[in-house]
Amino acid sequence: MSILIDRDTRLVCQGMTGWAGTFHTDRMVHYGTEVVGGVTPGKGGSTHIGLPVFETVREAMRATGANASAVFVPPDSAARAMIEAIEAEMPLVVVVTERIPILDMLRVREALVGSRTLLVGPNSQGVLSPGLCKVGVMATGRASVGHVGVVSRSASLTSKIVSQLTRVGLGQSTTVGIGGDPVHGIGFVDCLERFFADPETEAVAIVGEIGGTEEEQAAAFLARHGMPKPVVALVVGRHAPHSRRMGHAGALAGESEGGAEAKIEALRAAGVRIVPSPHLVGAVMRDALGAHKPQVA
Amino acid sequence: MKLQEFQAKRVLSLYGLTCPEGRVAITADEAQAMAAEIGAERLIVKAQILAGDRASAGGVRAAGSPAEVGAIARELLGKPLVTPQTGPEGQVVHRVLVEAAIGVARELYLTMAVDGATGTLLLIGSAAGGSAIEQRHRSGAATLETLRFNTRGETLGGDVAGFCARIGLEGQVARDGAETIRRLHQAMIGLDARLIEINPLVVDAAGALTVVDAKIEIDDNALFRHPELAQLRDDDEVDEIELEAQRHQLNFMQMDGDIGLVVNGAGLGLATVDMIFDAGGRPANFMDIRTTAKSLDIAHGVGLVLDNPRAKVLLVNVYGGGMQACDTIIEGLAIAVRRKGRALPTILRLGGKNEDLARLRLDSFKLPIVELADMAQAVERAVAIAHGGM
Repeated sequence: MSILIDRDTRLVCQGMTGWAGTFHTDRMVHYGTEVVGGVTPGKGGSTHIGLPVFETVREAMRATGANASAVFVPPDSAARAMIEAIEAEMPLVVVVTERIPILDMLRVREALVGSRTLLVGPNSQGVLSPGLCKVGVMATGRASVGHVGVVSRSASLTSKIVSQLTRVGLGQSTTVGIGGDPVHGIGFVDCLERFFADPETEAVAIVGEIGGTEEEQAAAFLARHGMPKPVVALVVGRHAPHSRRMGHAGALAGESEGGAEAKIEALRAAGVRIVPSPHLVGAVMRDALGAHKPQVA
Repeated sequence: MKLQEFQAKRVLSLYGLTCPEGRVAITADEAQAMAAEIGAERLIVKAQILAGDRASAGGVRAAGSPAEVGAIARELLGKPLVTPQTGPEGQVVHRVLVEAAIGVARELYLTMAVDGATGTLLLIGSAAGGSAIEQRHRSGAATLETLRFNTRGETLGGDVAGFCARIGLEGQVARDGAETIRRLHQAMIGLDARLIEINPLVVDAAGALTVVDAKIEIDDNALFRHPELAQLRDDDEVDEIELEAQRHQLNFMQMDGDIGLVVNGAGLGLATVDMIFDAGGRPANFMDIRTTAKSLDIAHGVGLVLDNPRAKVLLVNVYGGGMQACDTIIEGLAIAVRRKGRALPTILRLGGKNEDLARLRLDSFKLPIVELADMAQAVERAVAIAHGGM
């Protein structure tokens, strides 16, 4: 089993006819994802890399029974594409596009209120359930089938973590990139809830970094609800160069400085095992699993 | 992108907010002449740097005559100003803003900012605005009121009239305050701002509202729809090197150590910096090669590291993902070494997409490279070389 995506996922790619869309759709098809079509306004009715192209998301869903969308649309129109998918009630929307204007993401968040869509990203490497389905752009060579859930804000670091887990014989149920942007869709807490509910996931690795409040929210959630499964966390940026601050709003709004140490302390206090450095994730996860037998791919 | 105070005020004026009459000078003589033109009895001279808390550092001063304005400008211009927000090196003052002083009955604080955690626009206000607001807030001397908005200008759980009452506005001043808030929201949306901070918003004896200081931060990701704002970018805002790196799809920051870093991805970059410190070393820079970077962009980035005379060793930590292949980065590395004619002892850790292809290319470049399979070993070796060993 897995979370968010599995063998029943039927994917459409918004922006499939562009360079990135074409390349990564092909990779996803080769991985075994059931890609049922693409959406590009103005190109509806055509065929691209052997797949039907539709004018709108709604039309694609009606014709193919798609239940997930991957967004490869450039930043200037990515929000429009997301809102279109949300209005069409697409169950899962995974957004790879980076550098989307932040106010556009506020508009997307407004469209999400009361909707039945789960949004992953933007600026996400995507979601991978090894052996079952890939929605995104991540490399899959080092991923393996297993029982560790991975949720991360960083694409490059996820590759590293997945590779380290596989090396010690710990495969993954699903890896989720929630994206590096301040305003995004689902967060660490949503993924923890799903991993805890997934019978095949036995432990969770959180990969955090400086800035924002995702790690603090996860810590508060775990402190409140407890941990039915072991959770380990890596938070990077303890020695990050400082950027210049401007104005008082952040401090006055009660925001933490977003420093790595505060995040690490909050997670530790909630009972999470801290991974001091990426290469140690396998060892820490094995410790956390205790009596559990490591799962070999 | 941050706007200077004088730019912020000009922009806010376009949204119907009242700002004092002012001019910008780059020399003391100019400042004096402008003060004479303004013709006010009391004048203010304000250093234009991209950081707050200027008043406490002597960067905002009152003057009683154009001659006095000239003297103050002479003291400020061309010298660094150090405030609690600039860091110890301060920022050099290249311009001063000369304004007519405004009669102050009360000073308010009024700010709108994007709140990432809730995905809303957060309005923060205080009846006790002015300098040192953070300290006064911490000590309990300044209380804050908040109100959330969506992008359409609708409030979420509260109303503007109640907010104005809570920051002590009544009658016509409260109605003007509500109009100021409406325009502030319009400006946020119109400018694609992440932050507009007005501190203070002055209420004069007659009850009129004036923006006496303002900070605006524009969303860099939205500059494509604001070419007129993109032109206002101040070269002082970012380091020239960092700006040029941005144009080459790299996030680059100089640090003060001796281990040059070439890393793809912000998360991996931050992790590598942490590991170097943990191993007792000091990075010469932070680098995050974005997925959109081509080999020539990467060559530019590696060149920046090779140009740094402090760098004693190069640590290349690359994880090829779906969007960035290892061989592209190796190609960039080789181009940079050839261009600069300087090669540093190089420790390489490669993984992921096209790593085998990258190794084939590496063989043909004949660079002094040691490849290690493990990131921790690679970091340790780089630290040892920086400390003078091998």
